[in-house]
Amino acid sequence: MKPEDLEFVAAMARAKAGLMIGGERAYFVENRLATLARREGWPSVEALVAELRAAPDGPLVRMAVESLATPETSFFRDYPVFDRLRDEVLPDLLARRPDGRVKVWSAGCSTGQEAYSLAILAEENAARFPGLQLEVLATDLSSRALEKAQSGVYTQFEVQRGLPIRLLLRHFRKTGDNWTISPRLRQSVRWGRLNLMNDFTRLGRYDVILCRNVLSYFDAAPRQNLLRRLAAALADDGALVLGADEAAGLPEAFEPARGGAGLYRRNASFGRAVA
Amino acid sequence: MKMCLVVDDSRVVRKVARRILEGLDFEIAEAADGMEALAVCRAAMPDAVLLDWGMPVMDGLEFLRRLRQEPGGEAPVVVFCTSENEPERIAEALGAGADEYIMKPFDGDIIEAKFAQAGLL
Repeated sequence: MKPEDLEFVAAMARAKAGLMIGGERAYFVENRLATLARREGWPSVEALVAELRAAPDGPLVRMAVESLATPETSFFRDYPVFDRLRDEVLPDLLARRPDGRVKVWSAGCSTGQEAYSLAILAEENAARFPGLQLEVLATDLSSRALEKAQSGVYTQFEVQRGLPIRLLLRHFRKTGDNWTISPRLRQSVRWGRLNLMNDFTRLGRYDVILCRNVLSYFDAAPRQNLLRRLAAALADDGALVLGADEAAGLPEAFEPARGGAGLYRRNASFGRAVA
Repeated sequence: MKMCLVVDDSRVVRKVARRILEGLDFEIAEAADGMEALAVCRAAMPDAVLLDWGMPVMDGLEFLRRLRQEPGGEAPVVVFCTSENEPERIAEALGAGADEYIMKPFDGDIIEAKFAQAGLL
C-alpha cells in the first residue's frame, strides 16, 4: 500500500476513533482493508482508499474504521486474569454486595469471547457463589463484531482458542461446522454499540471493567481521557482489567493489584468530578 | 525437559506436531499407532501424549484405555488430536481418561493453548 494512502487511513482512524496506527502497522492495515475491499466489492485496497478520500463521511469510512478497531480476541484470553477474578475480585466484591449483584462491563468486546467467558465463569462457579447475579454488558465500536457476538456462533478454530474442551461440551452445541453457545448464556449478556471516544456516563457504574488491548490503540491524550472516564464509571471498590502487558499509566486513579496480570484497583479517593 | 509422545499414523502430522512442540521445549518421541505408542510408554513414561484417534493396528481410544491400566499410566497428560469432532465422541474420549481434546485441523496457537490448559506449560 502506498505510504500516502497509509498516512491518510491512519489520520482517518485517529480522527474518527482515536486509533493510533504507526507506520510499522502497514501490513495490519493493508490486511484489514483488503478483507473489507473483498467483502464490499472493491477491486483493490487502492480503489477502496480512493473512495474513502472521495466520500469522507460515507458509510465506507465507518466500515473501514471498524475493521481497523477490531482487536484479536479469544475465550479466556490471558486466563490467569480469569482465575484472579474468580479467586480474588469476585469473593471480595460479593462480601460487600449482599444482594449478590455484580456488574461487569466488557469494553471493546470485539466478537464476544470475553463477555461469554465471564458468563461461563459465573455459571461454572454457581455452587461456590450461590447468591451471585453477574450482569454482563458488552460494547464494541464494530456492529459487525457485535452481530457475530450476539449470534453466539463460533468456528471450530475459535472455540479451540482458550476454551477448555469440557467447557465447550457443557456450554456449546455443535451446529454444522460451527459451535453455538447455549441460549441461556447468550441471553445473559447485554450488547451495545459504543465508541469509547464518546461520553458513556449514561451506562452507569460497574464493579469490574475489562478494557483489554484497547488502550494500546489509542494516542496518549485520548488514552488518559478514557482512563479518567473509566475510573468514573467504576465503583469505588471496583477493579479494572487491562491487557496483560498494558499499563494504566494514571496512578491517581488506578493502582496495580498485587500479582499483576493487568488487574488494577480503583483508587477510592480519586475524585468523581471528571470530564 | 518434558517428554511428549506424538502418536499419529500420518508422518506429515507427526512432523508438524513435532516442530510445534519442540518450539514449546518438549523432547519428542513418535509412534505411528497405539501398539507402538504402548511400547514407548512401557520403556519410558512420557509427560504428555498427543494422540490421534483413527489409526491402524490399535486406535487412539484403545491405546488410552490400555495406557490408563499400565503401572504409572495414569500420569501422562493425554491430549487427543483428531478429526473426530462430534460431541458424543469427544465425551467418550474424556470418559476414557483424556485430559484435553484438539479437533483437527490444528495450528501452533491451538496446541499451545490446550497444553497450557492441561497444565503442561
